[in-house]
Amino acid sequence: MTVFNFYIFDRNGTCLYYAEWNRKKQSGISKEEEFKLMYGMIFSIKSFVNRISPTDMKDGFMNFKTTKYKLHFFETQSGLKFIMNTDLNVGSVKETLQLIYSSIYVEYVVKNPLCYLDQPITSELFKAKLDDFVRGLPIFPTSVS
Amino acid sequence: MAIFSVYVINKAGSLIYHYDHTSNRPEVEKTFSFPLELKLKIFDERVVVAFGERDGIKVGHTVLSVNGIQAEGRCLKDGRDIIEVLNDEKKYPINIKFGRPKLTSNQRIMLASMFHSLFAFGTQLSPEPRSSGIEVLETDTFKLHCHQTMTGIKFVVLTDPRQTAVEMLLKKLYEIYADFALKNPFYSLDMPIRCELFDDNLKGALEQAERLGISNI
Repeated sequence: MTVFNFYIFDRNGTCLYYAEWNRKKQSGISKEEEFKLMYGMIFSIKSFVNRISPTDMKDGFMNFKTTKYKLHFFETQSGLKFIMNTDLNVGSVKETLQLIYSSIYVEYVVKNPLCYLDQPITSELFKAKLDDFVRGLPIFPTSVS
Repeated sequence: MAIFSVYVINKAGSLIYHYDHTSNRPEVEKTFSFPLELKLKIFDERVVVAFGERDGIKVGHTVLSVNGIQAEGRCLKDGRDIIEVLNDEKKYPINIKFGRPKLTSNQRIMLASMFHSLFAFGTQLSPEPRSSGIEVLETDTFKLHCHQTMTGIKFVVLTDPRQTAVEMLLKKLYEIYADFALKNPFYSLDMPIRCELFDDNLKGALEQAERLGISNI
Protein backbone atom coordinates (compact mmCIF):
# COMPACT_ATOMS: atom_id res chain seq x y z
CA MET A 1 0.00 0.00 0.00
CA THR A 2 1.22 3.45 -0.86
CA VAL A 3 0.26 7.09 -0.59
CA PHE A 4 1.16 8.91 -3.81
CA ASN A 5 0.33 12.53 -3.22
CA PHE A 6 -1.84 14.94 -1.31
CA TYR A 7 -3.52 18.26 -2.10
CA ILE A 8 -5.31 20.88 0.00
CA PHE A 9 -7.51 23.41 -1.79
CA ASP A 10 -9.44 26.27 -0.27
CA ARG A 11 -12.98 27.13 -1.32
CA ASN A 12 -11.78 29.51 -4.03
CA GLY A 13 -9.65 26.90 -5.77
CA THR A 14 -6.27 28.06 -4.48
CA CYS A 15 -3.94 25.16 -3.85
CA LEU A 16 -2.89 25.70 -0.24
CA TYR A 17 -0.57 22.74 0.00
CA TYR A 18 0.83 19.96 -2.11
CA ALA A 19 3.04 17.05 -1.10
CA GLU A 20 4.09 13.89 -2.85
CA TRP A 21 5.71 10.68 -1.67
CA ASN A 22 5.88 7.82 -4.10
CA ARG A 23 4.67 9.45 -7.29
CA LYS A 24 6.03 7.74 -10.38
CA LYS A 25 4.44 9.78 -13.16
CA GLN A 26 4.31 13.55 -13.41
CA SER A 27 1.40 15.04 -15.32
CA GLY A 28 3.66 16.72 -17.90
CA ILE A 29 2.38 20.22 -17.13
CA SER A 30 3.55 22.79 -14.61
CA LYS A 31 2.43 22.37 -11.00
CA GLU A 32 0.25 25.49 -11.22
CA GLU A 33 -1.55 24.08 -14.23
CA GLU A 34 -1.90 20.73 -12.56
CA PHE A 35 -3.53 22.30 -9.48
CA LYS A 36 -6.00 24.12 -11.68
CA LEU A 37 -6.79 20.93 -13.56
CA MET A 38 -7.24 18.98 -10.33
CA TYR A 39 -9.48 21.60 -8.77
CA GLY A 40 -11.48 21.83 -11.98
CA MET A 41 -11.93 18.09 -12.07
CA ILE A 42 -13.07 17.91 -8.44
CA PHE A 43 -15.43 20.85 -8.94
CA SER A 44 -16.95 19.21 -12.02
CA ILE A 45 -17.24 15.83 -10.33
CA LYS A 46 -19.10 17.43 -7.43
CA SER A 47 -21.57 19.13 -9.73
CA PHE A 48 -21.89 16.03 -11.95
CA VAL A 49 -22.56 13.76 -9.00
CA ASN A 50 -25.08 16.18 -7.49
CA ARG A 51 -27.11 16.27 -10.66
CA ILE A 52 -26.93 12.62 -11.69
CA SER A 53 -27.71 11.21 -8.23
CA PRO A 54 -31.14 9.56 -8.08
CA THR A 55 -31.68 10.61 -4.46
CA ASP A 56 -30.65 13.44 -2.14
CA MET A 57 -27.04 13.23 -0.98
CA LYS A 58 -25.37 13.93 2.33
CA ASP A 59 -21.61 13.63 1.84
CA GLY A 60 -21.65 13.54 -1.94
CA PHE A 61 -18.53 12.48 -3.80
CA MET A 62 -16.14 10.32 -1.74
CA ASN A 63 -13.63 8.58 -4.00
CA PHE A 64 -12.94 7.22 -7.45
CA LYS A 65 -10.80 4.41 -8.76
CA THR A 66 -8.97 3.81 -12.00
CA THR A 67 -6.89 0.75 -12.86
CA LYS A 68 -3.82 2.25 -11.14
CA TYR A 69 -4.84 4.55 -8.32
CA LYS A 70 -7.62 5.67 -6.03
CA LEU A 71 -8.44 9.31 -5.33
CA HIS A 72 -9.97 10.10 -1.94
CA PHE A 73 -11.83 13.33 -1.36
CA PHE A 74 -12.98 15.05 1.81
CA GLU A 75 -14.53 18.49 2.06
CA THR A 76 -15.13 20.48 5.24
CA GLN A 77 -18.20 22.66 5.73
CA SER A 78 -16.04 25.71 5.11
CA GLY A 79 -15.14 24.44 1.65
CA LEU A 80 -11.60 23.21 2.33
CA LYS A 81 -10.87 20.24 0.11
CA PHE A 82 -8.48 17.44 1.04
CA ILE A 83 -7.44 15.09 -1.76
CA MET A 84 -5.25 12.04 -1.32
CA ASN A 85 -4.15 9.62 -4.02
CA THR A 86 -3.35 6.10 -2.88
CA ASP A 87 -3.06 2.72 -4.51
CA LEU A 88 -6.09 0.49 -5.02
CA ASN A 89 -5.76 -1.66 -1.89
CA VAL A 90 -6.56 1.20 0.45
CA GLY A 91 -10.07 1.28 1.89
CA SER A 92 -11.71 4.45 3.18
CA VAL A 93 -9.34 7.17 4.42
CA LYS A 94 -12.12 9.56 5.42
CA GLU A 95 -11.11 9.47 9.10
CA THR A 96 -7.47 10.05 8.17
CA LEU A 97 -8.33 13.13 6.12
CA GLN A 98 -10.58 14.40 8.89
CA LEU A 99 -7.70 13.92 11.32
CA ILE A 100 -5.33 15.84 9.05
CA TYR A 101 -7.84 18.68 9.04
CA SER A 102 -8.61 18.71 12.77
CA SER A 103 -5.24 17.91 14.29
CA ILE A 104 -2.75 19.27 11.75
CA TYR A 105 -4.38 21.97 9.64
CA VAL A 106 -6.36 23.56 12.47
CA GLU A 107 -3.50 23.21 15.00
CA TYR A 108 -0.60 24.43 12.89
CA VAL A 109 -2.21 26.73 10.31
CA VAL A 110 -5.41 28.17 11.74
CA LYS A 111 -3.87 28.65 15.18
CA ASN A 112 -0.74 30.19 13.70
CA PRO A 113 -1.29 33.95 13.40
CA LEU A 114 1.49 34.20 10.81
CA CYS A 115 -0.32 31.90 8.37
CA TYR A 116 -2.73 33.56 5.95
CA LEU A 117 -5.72 31.31 5.39
CA ASP A 118 -6.13 32.11 1.70
CA GLN A 119 -2.51 31.70 0.66
CA PRO A 120 -0.34 28.64 0.11
CA ILE A 121 0.98 27.26 3.40
CA THR A 122 4.67 27.97 3.93
CA SER A 123 4.91 26.92 7.59
CA GLU A 124 7.79 24.44 8.05
CA LEU A 125 6.15 23.10 11.20
CA PHE A 126 2.97 22.19 9.31
CA LYS A 127 5.03 20.59 6.56
CA ALA A 128 7.02 18.49 9.04
CA LYS A 129 3.96 17.44 11.08
CA LEU A 130 2.02 16.42 7.98
CA ASP A 131 4.96 14.50 6.56
CA ASP A 132 5.44 12.64 9.86
CA PHE A 133 1.74 11.90 10.10
CA VAL A 134 1.44 10.50 6.58
CA ARG A 135 4.64 8.46 6.89
CA GLY A 136 3.28 6.99 10.11
CA LEU A 137 0.03 5.82 8.53
CA PRO A 138 -0.56 2.07 8.26
CA ILE A 139 -1.32 2.58 4.56
CA PHE A 140 2.16 4.06 4.05
CA PRO A 141 4.75 1.29 3.69
CA THR A 142 8.22 1.62 5.16
CA SER A 143 9.87 -0.04 2.18
CA VAL A 144 8.91 1.45 -1.15
CA SER A 145 8.08 -1.28 -3.62
CA MET B 1 -29.71 -3.72 -4.01
CA ALA B 2 -30.71 -1.77 -7.03
CA ILE B 3 -29.49 -0.61 -10.41
CA PHE B 4 -30.56 2.96 -11.06
CA SER B 5 -29.66 3.70 -14.66
CA VAL B 6 -27.51 2.84 -17.66
CA TYR B 7 -25.75 5.25 -20.01
CA VAL B 8 -23.84 4.39 -23.19
CA ILE B 9 -21.42 7.06 -24.40
CA ASN B 10 -19.70 6.89 -27.78
CA LYS B 11 -16.02 7.63 -28.37
CA ALA B 12 -16.70 11.30 -29.10
CA GLY B 13 -18.47 11.76 -25.77
CA SER B 14 -22.07 11.94 -26.91
CA LEU B 15 -24.84 9.98 -25.28
CA ILE B 16 -26.12 7.21 -27.54
CA TYR B 17 -28.29 5.33 -25.08
CA HIS B 18 -29.92 5.96 -21.77
CA TYR B 19 -32.25 3.89 -19.63
CA ASP B 20 -33.67 4.54 -16.16
CA HIS B 21 -34.27 1.27 -14.34
CA THR B 22 -35.39 1.95 -10.78
CA SER B 23 -35.95 5.39 -9.44
CA ASN B 24 -37.73 6.41 -6.28
CA ARG B 25 -37.58 10.16 -6.48
CA PRO B 26 -38.74 11.52 -3.15
CA GLU B 27 -41.75 13.84 -3.34
CA VAL B 28 -43.07 15.87 -0.43
CA GLU B 29 -46.41 17.65 -0.34
CA LYS B 30 -47.13 20.27 2.31
CA THR B 31 -49.62 23.04 3.00
CA PHE B 32 -48.06 26.39 3.85
CA SER B 33 -49.41 29.57 5.39
CA PHE B 34 -48.16 33.10 4.66
CA PRO B 35 -45.26 33.98 4.77
CA LEU B 36 -43.46 30.96 3.31
CA GLU B 37 -40.80 29.47 5.64
CA LEU B 38 -38.67 28.54 2.62
CA LYS B 39 -36.44 30.67 0.48
CA LEU B 40 -36.98 29.93 -3.22
CA LYS B 41 -34.92 30.98 -6.20
CA ILE B 42 -35.00 30.58 -9.95
CA PHE B 43 -32.30 28.24 -11.19
CA ASP B 44 -32.06 26.77 -14.68
CA GLU B 45 -35.66 27.89 -15.47
CA ARG B 46 -36.97 26.11 -12.40
CA VAL B 47 -38.16 27.20 -8.98
CA VAL B 48 -35.65 25.68 -6.55
CA VAL B 49 -35.41 25.65 -2.73
CA ALA B 50 -32.41 27.82 -1.84
CA PHE B 51 -32.62 27.76 1.95
CA GLY B 52 -34.74 26.27 4.74
CA GLU B 53 -34.77 22.47 4.85
CA ARG B 54 -37.77 21.04 6.73
CA ASP B 55 -40.09 18.01 6.75
CA GLY B 56 -38.14 16.20 4.06
CA ILE B 57 -37.92 19.22 1.76
CA LYS B 58 -34.25 19.61 0.87
CA VAL B 59 -32.20 22.38 -0.67
CA GLY B 60 -32.16 21.75 -4.42
CA HIS B 61 -35.71 20.38 -4.61
CA THR B 62 -37.92 22.00 -7.22
CA VAL B 63 -41.57 22.97 -7.07
CA LEU B 64 -43.48 20.19 -8.86
CA SER B 65 -47.01 21.48 -8.37
CA VAL B 66 -49.00 24.18 -6.56
CA ASN B 67 -52.53 23.31 -5.33
CA GLY B 68 -52.46 20.25 -7.59
CA ILE B 69 -51.64 22.27 -10.72
CA GLN B 70 -48.45 20.96 -12.30
CA ALA B 71 -45.44 23.19 -12.78
CA GLU B 72 -43.85 23.67 -16.19
CA GLY B 73 -40.50 25.36 -15.80
CA ARG B 74 -40.98 28.53 -13.76
CA CYS B 75 -44.69 28.79 -14.59
CA LEU B 76 -47.72 26.67 -13.75
CA LYS B 77 -49.65 24.66 -16.38
CA ASP B 78 -52.23 27.47 -16.50
CA GLY B 79 -49.57 30.05 -17.37
CA ARG B 80 -49.20 31.86 -14.02
CA ASP B 81 -45.70 32.57 -12.72
CA ILE B 82 -44.98 30.42 -9.64
CA ILE B 83 -43.07 33.11 -7.75
CA GLU B 84 -45.90 35.60 -8.32
CA VAL B 85 -48.50 33.12 -7.06
CA LEU B 86 -46.43 32.39 -3.95
CA ASN B 87 -45.92 36.08 -3.20
CA ASP B 88 -49.68 36.74 -3.20
CA GLU B 89 -50.94 36.60 0.39
CA LYS B 90 -54.58 36.06 -0.71
CA LYS B 91 -53.73 32.65 -2.23
CA TYR B 92 -52.77 31.20 1.18
CA PRO B 93 -53.03 28.60 2.68
CA ILE B 94 -51.36 27.01 -0.30
CA ASN B 95 -50.37 23.43 -1.05
CA ILE B 96 -46.98 22.88 -2.70
CA LYS B 97 -45.37 19.64 -3.85
CA PHE B 98 -41.57 19.47 -3.86
CA GLY B 99 -39.24 16.86 -5.28
CA ARG B 100 -35.84 16.24 -6.80
CA PRO B 101 -35.71 17.71 -10.31
CA LYS B 102 -36.05 15.14 -13.08
CA LEU B 103 -33.24 15.20 -15.62
CA THR B 104 -34.28 16.33 -19.08
CA SER B 105 -32.73 14.57 -22.08
CA ASN B 106 -30.63 17.66 -22.85
CA GLN B 107 -29.22 17.60 -19.34
CA ARG B 108 -28.42 13.91 -19.69
CA ILE B 109 -26.50 14.58 -22.91
CA MET B 110 -24.58 17.30 -21.09
CA LEU B 111 -23.79 15.05 -18.13
CA ALA B 112 -22.61 12.30 -20.46
CA SER B 113 -20.11 14.55 -22.21
CA MET B 114 -19.07 15.94 -18.83
CA PHE B 115 -18.26 12.43 -17.67
CA HIS B 116 -16.34 11.83 -20.89
CA SER B 117 -13.93 14.66 -20.06
CA LEU B 118 -13.72 13.75 -16.35
CA PHE B 119 -12.69 10.28 -17.47
CA ALA B 120 -9.82 11.78 -19.47
CA PHE B 121 -8.72 14.00 -16.57
CA GLY B 122 -8.56 10.90 -14.39
CA THR B 123 -5.87 9.54 -16.70
CA GLN B 124 -3.91 12.74 -16.98
CA LEU B 125 -3.74 13.45 -13.26
CA SER B 126 -2.67 9.91 -12.41
CA PRO B 127 0.40 9.59 -10.16
CA GLU B 128 1.12 6.18 -11.71
CA PRO B 129 1.97 5.54 -15.35
CA ARG B 130 -0.45 3.84 -17.74
CA SER B 131 -3.61 4.48 -15.78
CA SER B 132 -7.10 4.14 -17.25
CA GLY B 133 -9.80 6.71 -16.67
CA ILE B 134 -12.36 6.60 -13.86
CA GLU B 135 -13.67 3.05 -13.42
CA VAL B 136 -15.62 3.30 -10.17
CA LEU B 137 -16.84 6.53 -8.61
CA GLU B 138 -18.32 6.30 -5.13
CA THR B 139 -20.69 8.64 -3.31
CA ASP B 140 -22.85 8.03 -0.24
CA THR B 141 -26.01 7.38 -2.30
CA PHE B 142 -24.79 5.60 -5.40
CA LYS B 143 -21.81 4.06 -7.15
CA LEU B 144 -20.95 4.75 -10.77
CA HIS B 145 -19.24 1.98 -12.71
CA CYS B 146 -17.69 2.64 -16.09
CA HIS B 147 -16.30 0.19 -18.60
CA GLN B 148 -14.53 1.49 -21.66
CA THR B 149 -14.20 -0.90 -24.56
CA MET B 150 -11.18 -1.09 -26.88
CA THR B 151 -13.15 0.90 -29.45
CA GLY B 152 -13.74 3.75 -27.02
CA ILE B 153 -17.39 3.20 -26.17
CA LYS B 154 -18.20 3.70 -22.49
CA PHE B 155 -20.85 1.73 -20.64
CA VAL B 156 -21.82 3.54 -17.46
CA VAL B 157 -24.04 1.98 -14.81
CA LEU B 158 -25.34 3.76 -11.71
CA THR B 159 -26.10 1.37 -8.85
CA ASP B 160 -26.76 1.21 -5.16
CA PRO B 161 -23.42 1.32 -3.26
CA ARG B 162 -23.96 -2.28 -2.08
CA GLN B 163 -24.69 -3.80 -5.48
CA THR B 164 -22.14 -6.49 -6.39
CA ALA B 165 -20.92 -8.08 -9.62
CA VAL B 166 -21.35 -4.93 -11.68
CA GLU B 167 -18.19 -5.67 -13.75
CA MET B 168 -19.96 -8.81 -14.93
CA LEU B 169 -23.02 -6.78 -15.87
CA LEU B 170 -20.91 -4.27 -17.82
CA LYS B 171 -19.32 -7.06 -19.85
CA LYS B 172 -22.78 -8.48 -20.48
CA LEU B 173 -24.03 -5.10 -21.67
CA TYR B 174 -21.15 -4.88 -24.12
CA GLU B 175 -22.07 -8.32 -25.40
CA ILE B 176 -25.69 -7.24 -25.84
CA TYR B 177 -24.52 -4.09 -27.64
CA ALA B 178 -22.36 -6.14 -29.99
CA ASP B 179 -25.13 -8.63 -30.67
CA PHE B 180 -28.22 -6.49 -30.98
CA ALA B 181 -27.09 -2.97 -31.88
CA LEU B 182 -24.04 -3.58 -34.06
CA LYS B 183 -25.60 -6.47 -35.97
CA ASN B 184 -28.74 -4.47 -36.66
CA PRO B 185 -28.53 -3.37 -40.32
CA PHE B 186 -30.57 -0.24 -39.56
CA TYR B 187 -28.18 0.98 -36.87
CA SER B 188 -25.51 3.45 -37.89
CA LEU B 189 -22.38 3.62 -35.76
CA ASP B 190 -22.05 6.36 -33.12
CA MET B 191 -25.71 7.29 -33.45
CA PRO B 192 -28.36 6.91 -30.74
CA ILE B 193 -29.38 3.28 -30.29
CA ARG B 194 -33.01 2.66 -31.14
CA CYS B 195 -33.26 -1.11 -31.33
CA GLU B 196 -36.08 -3.01 -29.65
CA LEU B 197 -34.06 -6.19 -29.16
CA PHE B 198 -31.27 -4.20 -27.50
CA ASP B 199 -33.80 -2.63 -25.10
CA ASP B 200 -35.36 -5.97 -24.18
CA ASN B 201 -32.08 -7.78 -23.63
CA LEU B 202 -30.64 -4.91 -21.61
CA LYS B 203 -33.68 -4.90 -19.34
CA GLY B 204 -33.34 -8.67 -18.94
CA ALA B 205 -29.67 -8.38 -18.00
CA LEU B 206 -30.39 -5.65 -15.45
CA GLU B 207 -33.16 -7.67 -13.81
CA GLN B 208 -30.96 -10.72 -13.66
CA ALA B 209 -28.06 -8.78 -12.14
CA GLU B 210 -30.38 -7.30 -9.54
CA ARG B 211 -31.89 -10.67 -8.63
CA LEU B 212 -28.61 -12.49 -8.31
CA GLY B 213 -26.53 -9.76 -6.70
CA ILE B 214 -23.56 -12.07 -6.90
CA SER B 215 -23.87 -13.40 -10.41
CA ASN B 216 -22.79 -16.93 -11.25
CA ILE B 217 -21.80 -16.57 -14.90
